[in-house]
Amino acid sequence: MSKKQKRAFLRIVLGALLFMIALLIPQSGIGRLFLFLPAYLVVGGDVLWKACRNIAQGQVFDENFLMSIATMGAFFVGEYPEGVAVMLFYQVGELFQSYAVSRSRQSISTLMDIRPDYANVPTPDGLKQVDPEEVAVGDRIVIKAGEKVPLDGKVLEGTSTLDTSALTGEALPREVEVGDGVISGCINLTGMLTVEVTREFGESTVAKILDLVENAGSKKAKAENFITKFARWYTPAVVLGAALLAVIPPLVLGGGFANWGHRALIFLVISCPCALVISVPLSFFGGIGGASKCGVLVKGSNYLEALARTDIVVFDKTGTLTKGTFRVTELHPSGVSEQELLELAALAESYSTHPISLSLQNAYGGQKEENRVSDVEELAGYGVKALVDGRKVCVGNARLMQKIGVDCAPAEAIGTAVHVAADGVYIGYLVISDVIKEDSAAAVAALKKAGVRRTVMLTGDAKAVGEQVAGQLGLDEVHAGLLPADKVDRVEELLNRKIPGGQLVFVGDGINDAPVLSRADIGIAMGGLGSDAAIEAADVVIMDDKPSKIAVAIRISRKTLVIVKQNIVFALGVKALVLALGAFGMANMWEAVFADVGVSVIAILNASRALKTRNL
Amino acid sequence: MKKTYRMKDLDCANCAAKMEAAIKQIDGVSAATVSFMTQKMTIEAVDEKFEAIVKEAVKICRKIEPDCSVVL
Repeated sequence: MSKKQKRAFLRIVLGALLFMIALLIPQSGIGRLFLFLPAYLVVGGDVLWKACRNIAQGQVFDENFLMSIATMGAFFVGEYPEGVAVMLFYQVGELFQSYAVSRSRQSISTLMDIRPDYANVPTPDGLKQVDPEEVAVGDRIVIKAGEKVPLDGKVLEGTSTLDTSALTGEALPREVEVGDGVISGCINLTGMLTVEVTREFGESTVAKILDLVENAGSKKAKAENFITKFARWYTPAVVLGAALLAVIPPLVLGGGFANWGHRALIFLVISCPCALVISVPLSFFGGIGGASKCGVLVKGSNYLEALARTDIVVFDKTGTLTKGTFRVTELHPSGVSEQELLELAALAESYSTHPISLSLQNAYGGQKEENRVSDVEELAGYGVKALVDGRKVCVGNARLMQKIGVDCAPAEAIGTAVHVAADGVYIGYLVISDVIKEDSAAAVAALKKAGVRRTVMLTGDAKAVGEQVAGQLGLDEVHAGLLPADKVDRVEELLNRKIPGGQLVFVGDGINDAPVLSRADIGIAMGGLGSDAAIEAADVVIMDDKPSKIAVAIRISRKTLVIVKQNIVFALGVKALVLALGAFGMANMWEAVFADVGVSVIAILNASRALKTRNL
Repeated sequence: MKKTYRMKDLDCANCAAKMEAAIKQIDGVSAATVSFMTQKMTIEAVDEKFEAIVKEAVKICRKIEPDCSVVL
């Protein structure tokens, strides 16, 4: 409990004691008033004070004022115990409420506890701890085992494993060695690392994420806007109702001003929309916090709300459903061994830095034997010619084979075929293709299960490749051979096909698809780790590269909305019921206080469920 | 220009909503949020009048919830 909450608690205990003493002493008339008055002032003094002060500032309809009027009204009609009890109950409720809110605020902020406190900078007198903001690009920092990585950088010395779970929700630690990049916000688990800083703190991953999460509240969901508008009208309406109830029925129906006045006071007690005003934003805040714990950053409550109505999910292929790294997946030698085919191709390409040649090097094993290779000639758009062990080797596409007059087998593979000829004789081809991510198929299945009507893939690749991948993953639709501009057109077309109220989600890796990301109802970028473009352009960022997180985000969104609806219905329902009962003289002020602060506390506790993401 | 300020003792969600509505009414403010959850106020407004606007916003906050203060 904070200092303020402790003071409130003491006041409540003291007031409750005085109240009990007053109840035990039999007294009547003016003496009774003097027995209860001290208890009332101890418990509700601050409310009365705030009410006076706020009226002086021109704030009429505030909670404090209404509670003061209601309880003083009870005193006025001679119901002293009720006046004190209502104030007491109200204060207990307020205390509970403030405690519950600060608890959930705390649990959300520990979730986002990725801000590094210091960086170790080596100096002639040993390591010195400095503020990460003071470290410049190019400086060296040392990260010991157990410390947070304070800034983005590149490893110069040491090997270690990093816990990225605070950023990605991924439990498996990541291995890093010399030359690898490290990202701020991770925790160094095992070894000591010396890192060269590549980005200053303001530009670092951790600063960007924190900024994004903190500003998420500024993009409000429809439900939040509804509550704000509702709150503006609710209080004046209820106060007006109370005034009418106090004046009109006694004139028309009779029954005395005191009786109807008492009913009107019940109205005043219920006139704060607090339960809604607190619990609805708290639910969204919790949902966003819970999602970020799973490695999904949602840039605003509005996007979290919209995700629940996802109708069509459009995927970009490369880098989203596939890893975007090319690998030799098939070897088709003719007249030579597989090893020989790979060896010749890799050696001939060993001077090239083209992604295809890099994947050949990887498949071959990596050792460069440059003395075996000479006279390398790169033919742009065709391939490479080189002398390997004195043999004239040509490696490239079918056009290259045509050019040198060698017949090649038509490759029936899905992917890029690389043909090889040695001394004018065709010796076979290799297939290089992209690899599908492990969880892509599960991701598509999970989306179907979550009620997504259509899953679509857009790709710039050849039709055969696209269809094969789509078939393997169980996607409903595939459009291949698209240029970036075509992708926007396709998305426009799909936007017209979604069901009314449904949302179109586009998932890309943030490279080249910024226009599509912004055209879709919700743009999701994959692989946010280190990619600025993705974080900028998208509405939702998936921190690890897993497409299965999309379904997780949808489930979190739905759960949050259920909680929001529960709170709205519950709070409004109880308030309406007690208002109605109060108008007919069937509710007392106790029930009214429950409808005010009791409902608030219950709604806040319910809202804090949005944070929990274990059983989705 | 857009700036974020920390708030102290912002204890009432309804007040936060009222502050936000009132700050949005200030001339020159294009967007404003007062977040009860994060205890932060964000103001986006034209550069020339920014200081005056922030002063005005602080005054509004004090008027609506006298216990609450803006950390400048």
